[in-house]
Amino acid sequence: MDLSDTPEQAAYREQVRAWLTQHRDDAPVLHGEGAIEDPAEAVRAHRAWQRKLAEAGYVGLTWPAEYGGQALGPIEQVIFNQELTRAGVPGILDTIGVGMLGPTIMAHGTEEQKQRHLGPMLHADEVWCQLFSEPAAGSDLAAIQCRARPDDDGWRLSGQKVWTTNAQFAAYGLLLARTDPDVPKHKGLTMFIVPMDAEGITVRPLRQITGKGEFNEVFFDDVRLEAGAEVGPVDGGWAVGLTTLMFERLAIGAGADSFGYRADRFAASIAADETAASSTEVRQRFGELSVELIALRFTGFRMLTAIQRGAMPGPEAALGKVTMVRAAIDAGELLADVIGPEAFSDEEYGEIISFLPGLKSAGGTEEILRNIVGERVLGLPPEPRLDKGIPFSELRAREREEARA
Amino acid sequence: MNFALSDEQVFLQEAARGALGRVKTVEAAREALEGGDVPDLWPVAREAGWPGLLVSEEHGGAGLGAIEAMLVAAECGRVLAAIPLLGHVPATGLLDAAANADGDLMRRLAEGEERAAFVPARPPDDLEANWTVAPRRGARRGPAPRLQDGKLTGESHWVPDAPGADHLVVAAVDAGGAPRAALVDAGGAGVSVEPVMRYDATRSLAHVRFEGAGVTELDLPEGTLAATWYLAQCLLAGEALGIAEECLERSVTYAKERFTFGRAIGSYQAVKHSLVEILRRMENLRSLVYYAGWARGFSPEEFPLAASSARVAADQALDHATRELISVHGGIGATWEHDAPLYFRRSQLSRRLLGGSGDSAERVAAELMAGARAAA
Repeated sequence: MDLSDTPEQAAYREQVRAWLTQHRDDAPVLHGEGAIEDPAEAVRAHRAWQRKLAEAGYVGLTWPAEYGGQALGPIEQVIFNQELTRAGVPGILDTIGVGMLGPTIMAHGTEEQKQRHLGPMLHADEVWCQLFSEPAAGSDLAAIQCRARPDDDGWRLSGQKVWTTNAQFAAYGLLLARTDPDVPKHKGLTMFIVPMDAEGITVRPLRQITGKGEFNEVFFDDVRLEAGAEVGPVDGGWAVGLTTLMFERLAIGAGADSFGYRADRFAASIAADETAASSTEVRQRFGELSVELIALRFTGFRMLTAIQRGAMPGPEAALGKVTMVRAAIDAGELLADVIGPEAFSDEEYGEIISFLPGLKSAGGTEEILRNIVGERVLGLPPEPRLDKGIPFSELRAREREEARA
Repeated sequence: MNFALSDEQVFLQEAARGALGRVKTVEAAREALEGGDVPDLWPVAREAGWPGLLVSEEHGGAGLGAIEAMLVAAECGRVLAAIPLLGHVPATGLLDAAANADGDLMRRLAEGEERAAFVPARPPDDLEANWTVAPRRGARRGPAPRLQDGKLTGESHWVPDAPGADHLVVAAVDAGGAPRAALVDAGGAGVSVEPVMRYDATRSLAHVRFEGAGVTELDLPEGTLAATWYLAQCLLAGEALGIAEECLERSVTYAKERFTFGRAIGSYQAVKHSLVEILRRMENLRSLVYYAGWARGFSPEEFPLAASSARVAADQALDHATRELISVHGGIGATWEHDAPLYFRRSQLSRRLLGGSGDSAERVAAELMAGARAAA
């Protein structure tokens, strides 16, 4: 076992560090003291920072060179993220596009789509959003109702998406729609590229417990999509979506620390309060939640080692998210107990306390993740399903009937 | 970046599983509770080379690290094998680091011709300035044995693997409370080793008392005595990993075979989620076992944090895994004839040894706070 850099990795780290030292003053302050207050201004500054990183070759590190990437490995991405943290500067704005949607387009898109979209995505000239979840389809993603109907040689899109990060300023979205309701639900789906400035699209912010509006709901009212908007085959959208979710896992695995819930940061706040620091109860609670956060970090190293050897992260990666959320909730509880009501006005801890209840559902609820891990990792049998092999339209009719009864 | 077991480590693991698979250890654990003899598995350990795992090659050992010792402990834990490595491995690891180690003794210990046991003491922290030992009963810890004028006096309780050991390696303090390590002949004058069996017949324990016992004081690099306490914590964590794996495997197998209301109980979310919780705690533990193994070799200043973290994760995994093994089997899982209670007993007792997991959790907190204060 060896956590040290190889000479090549050390040289890369050195190069990144030197660049960040030279350019750190160009980075926007997005959180904490001196943060840019106006949200639109913060986005503008963050975009400019991503562009600067892209021009220096620090965005899309793992992307192939032909699409503007650096063709480096996940380890270099981790080194880069570590150096960002060390320098105290933010990463890129469009993590969803560069980390998940771009790679999906690379895997399933046409050459024309790749040439048109990947470059501007990398440079944040065009920011992307992910249009998968709907009010009635979250854990059961294949239950989406957003409908795309053929229209001349293109499509007409109607429906609603929700929990859409960055939709308020995104240029494009990757959208999963139902193209054939008369087949079982996984089979009639198609993935589309949607220009967010198209007529008939309305974006409305959703305010969260934190008071901030990081998510949106997006309405599609008879939106015209041109021919060639499909990513992958028509009615073959489920497989395309699974690719996106796989890259999501990869992103979680390669960036276990990226949420910033690190035990050593909380330790300073507790150590600063002498009474708390010498309380057995506080120490034990803090020790126990810290153990989970530390475990997460080293589970990340195990996953990286596997990725480096050519494995793709499996469903067990989902446990990392469960652990992170649990430990961070415990940390918020402990810090509030130690600090008292003042904790809620602390920029960082107030955010943790308010943000975590929602994070429990984001990226897969704890319950659905445990189902997935139980079935795919432990090989336990699934719950009996009442939707297998039933055309989606019929399923919906049944559900409505049952809800009325 | 390489955070996986090497081919050699996997081979060691498989060889250990193979060697222990030839003995009916779980049945023996039950019979021992009924008054039967605990089978002597030391010859198995000797044949496999485990007594010399941490002894350097110049002293006739294998010169391996904490990770290998934990992997062997995991295989012993999996089948509840009563092999006194929790005492012997830390003791020999400590002796090996002593400048005045007796080469001939080291060779005998490495080959398993003779056995040693570590008599542990808890290193001080920000709240407790003294080295302390487990009391016979209750929460108040006692003073570590005292070494003065070449004589050792004091007592320690619930000492792993002391019964039958030829040598005791004792964590003691001098008149000023500074740590000292002493090598004691277990059968010598002024030494009493009172074997004691509680709840789990496969865990050998003793109350140990010294009354002016003659010792060889060991000449150790600074920090070795504390590191040996953490090494012992690592071995408990290693054991727990094997136990959790076994509990999960048995629980999952049964959850697929047992049907209620027309379907396998493992299909119910309530059961499934609880089994996934074993996996979650177990994988956390595995990562921390690797971390502790890595830290002892490559980043000794992190070893107290890493080993204590592994110990906490171990106890969390043990508690849930052994209870779930009982629950998933229903009433039968709580009967004497079933194996589940044997794993439960092991878990219950282990979680109270070497300071208990609450103490390790506090240590994790103390280490992190010390780091934060140093960085400020």
